[in-house]
Amino acid sequence: MSIDMEQFHEVFFEESLEGLDVMEQALLIIGQSNDPEVINTIFRAAHSIKGGSGTFGFGDVANFTHVLETLLDEARDGKRELNEECIELLLRSCDCLRGMFTALQAKETPNLYQSIELIAAFERILGATDKTVNTVQADAVTQTSQAGSGPMLSQNSKNDANTSSGTDNKVTKHWQIKFVPEPQILLAGNEPLRLFRELAALGDLATSADISEVPNFADLTVDECFIRWDLELSNSSASKEDILEVFDWVIDECTLDIQLVGDNTSTQDNAMTSEPFEVPSVDIENMLTTNTEEPEQQFAGADKKAAPEIRAPRSDKNTHPSSSSSIRVGIDKVDSLINLVGELVITQSMLSELGNNFDMTKLERLFHGLEQLLQNTKELQESVMRIRMLPISFAFNRFPRMVRDVAIQIDKKVELVILGENTELDKTVMEKITDPLVHLVRNAIDHGIETPEERIRKGKPEQGCIRLDAHHQGGNVVIEVSDDGKGLNTLIIRNKAIEKGLIDSNEQLSDNEIYDLLFQPGFSTAAQVSDISGRGVGMDVVKRNIKSLGGRIVVQSKVDVGTTIKVHLPLTLAILDGQLVRVGQQVFIIPLITIVESLQVKPELVNRVSGDMVMYRLREDNVPIIYLYKEFDISADNTDIDNALLVVVESDGQKIGLLVDDLLAQQQVVIKSLESNYKRIEGISGATILGDGSVSMILDIPGLITASCRRSNVKRQFKVA
Amino acid sequence: MAQILIVDDSASMRNMVATTLKSAGHQVTDAPDGQAGLNKAKSSKFDVIVTDLNMPIMNGIDLVRNLRALANYKYTPILLLTTESSMDKKSEGKAAGATGWLVKPFNPDKLLATVARVIG
Repeated sequence: MSIDMEQFHEVFFEESLEGLDVMEQALLIIGQSNDPEVINTIFRAAHSIKGGSGTFGFGDVANFTHVLETLLDEARDGKRELNEECIELLLRSCDCLRGMFTALQAKETPNLYQSIELIAAFERILGATDKTVNTVQADAVTQTSQAGSGPMLSQNSKNDANTSSGTDNKVTKHWQIKFVPEPQILLAGNEPLRLFRELAALGDLATSADISEVPNFADLTVDECFIRWDLELSNSSASKEDILEVFDWVIDECTLDIQLVGDNTSTQDNAMTSEPFEVPSVDIENMLTTNTEEPEQQFAGADKKAAPEIRAPRSDKNTHPSSSSSIRVGIDKVDSLINLVGELVITQSMLSELGNNFDMTKLERLFHGLEQLLQNTKELQESVMRIRMLPISFAFNRFPRMVRDVAIQIDKKVELVILGENTELDKTVMEKITDPLVHLVRNAIDHGIETPEERIRKGKPEQGCIRLDAHHQGGNVVIEVSDDGKGLNTLIIRNKAIEKGLIDSNEQLSDNEIYDLLFQPGFSTAAQVSDISGRGVGMDVVKRNIKSLGGRIVVQSKVDVGTTIKVHLPLTLAILDGQLVRVGQQVFIIPLITIVESLQVKPELVNRVSGDMVMYRLREDNVPIIYLYKEFDISADNTDIDNALLVVVESDGQKIGLLVDDLLAQQQVVIKSLESNYKRIEGISGATILGDGSVSMILDIPGLITASCRRSNVKRQFKVA
Repeated sequence: MAQILIVDDSASMRNMVATTLKSAGHQVTDAPDGQAGLNKAKSSKFDVIVTDLNMPIMNGIDLVRNLRALANYKYTPILLLTTESSMDKKSEGKAAGATGWLVKPFNPDKLLATVARVIG
């Protein structure tokens, strides 16, 4: 049989890594949940990994998960409570297994230090309640004698040795087997004939059936078996174990008597095995246990040799496999793709049939067909793009675990709130944003959240709160990391920056400029460098990474209220529903989602507040008007506000009116990053290429709004001065 | 050659068992949990059923019990995929009416030999 097992490995790795994620999530909620399904889920994950790794030949993983499973099995049966220590160990096991799988995936030999250490820890726990487990691990000899059937076991292994070496000597044994099945044996699909066929493969078999117990025909139940058999197995090299294996499945449903009546092998062996032997099922269990415990004994031995100081390098790389080139796509997305391709094929065949004998009477059908083609293409494009988009939960999922670990490590109490985990983000962006987010969250716990005592003193709840919130805002995805901790102290940051020589002592800086110092290389305010953050090499890397994605960071903070760090990320590959508008010769795109309404300006509702600032009265709101032609310094058909076209857009609850010359079509556009092709321009979030090949700018509505607000504020300040 | 139903929640295990059995010329259908397996068993007739024990929705023991209650599957060989640690599961499985078991880890040869054993 030559089945290449390697073909199943990749699926197994993916499935196991997924199983570990599921296990980890369940472990994080098991403390608060009484749902038995939670522990079942954890058990199932460990169990599947163990079964698979054994079958696919990853013995180290199988050995490790076996110990996990033993503990989980006890927990599942209610024999053991999973305390904090167990949960911690199990979580570390998830990490360890992830590391092992990552190594195996890369066809490397996994590092076993951590797993050996964890196995030892689990065995200590298991041993505390069940002494025999430890004994079994530590000493095979003790175990066999304890089990009471020690002689039989060792004799069996001797027998095995004899049979294998004995094949040369032509071993011929003669066995007498009395087989008395219980009547219901047939009900489980076990056919005595099958058993005899297997026995016959071990040597020469003679059977004789005893039908004395078979009832009269009238009383006969067809489902039941009343025949007993006397079997003679001669010219056989089979050991008793081999024979027992044949009867393995029916051992509980029969009386079996196996006797060796003739043997030309060593007399010592003969003497031991020739005693009549009623098979108790316990013996088989012990045999099986001994067999399977072997690898762990080796482990226990290795454990003793391994110095306790040896730890696996605790690297975060272990916890997430190197970016794989594959992508997991929901079946619904693939189905919709297949559907669309099907429709495209139909349209195509319709059009080609039309083209074969075309005349002007079919013109309308041609237009109809082209329309359909357009629709198909659009949907197909949308569908393909959506495949690359993943819910941000892929990146967020790791945080519950991380927050828990970090909080425990530094004795803080932290609750994590995750919002908007279904916000979709391009896979590449997601991969690159994960590490910066980890850093921001760690910082928030370490620097932001106060110790429980300090929080109580400040009258805050003892437990701090970290909030992760993802949402769309215009063409951006915004991820907010906020805490309700002590906030940023501008004075301390300022002094630190002066001390580090980053700024001059007499430099005047706004709060925002001071916050920006946090992202300077070599800046750290932590009084003591901790394990978690504060080496001063982080925030600058965070900023650099986010910038490289074309994103930006905004910091908001209030002393003793908390800090919010907003990461704005462009959807570089996203498709946007846009409204095309014309200003002079230029076509701009306004994200459809931001548009509130479009209207013809009524002169009586225009309100010139002061100087350049023009407001438009829209029901209860006063909406500032932005002249796009002025904003981008281009010429327009219409520079007069009266009777002009106004597109009212909204972002963050703030409305503005954009003055345009004409409203054109609405269409989906593919956003191309302006930053990566040119540079960032205020008021523009990206560009796209229109159907006629011309480039069109996509307006950054939130950017325009902030710019307009800033201008009006600046002016006001000037007036005050 | 036999019609075989394989029920396991692990895709890699299903895949492995199915590929192995197909290579020996068997017809294989698979299902990811006991309930799905039971539905498939009801809608067509299988000569052998190979099932995992620990599965979501319906576990292997319940599947065996449900299958044995069907007239079509009264004597059909049902093999349990178990790990060596679940001895009591084996007896529980036997009590539910399983024919026998395959102890994980197993290799393709062992699987084929065991299946051959029950189809005779």
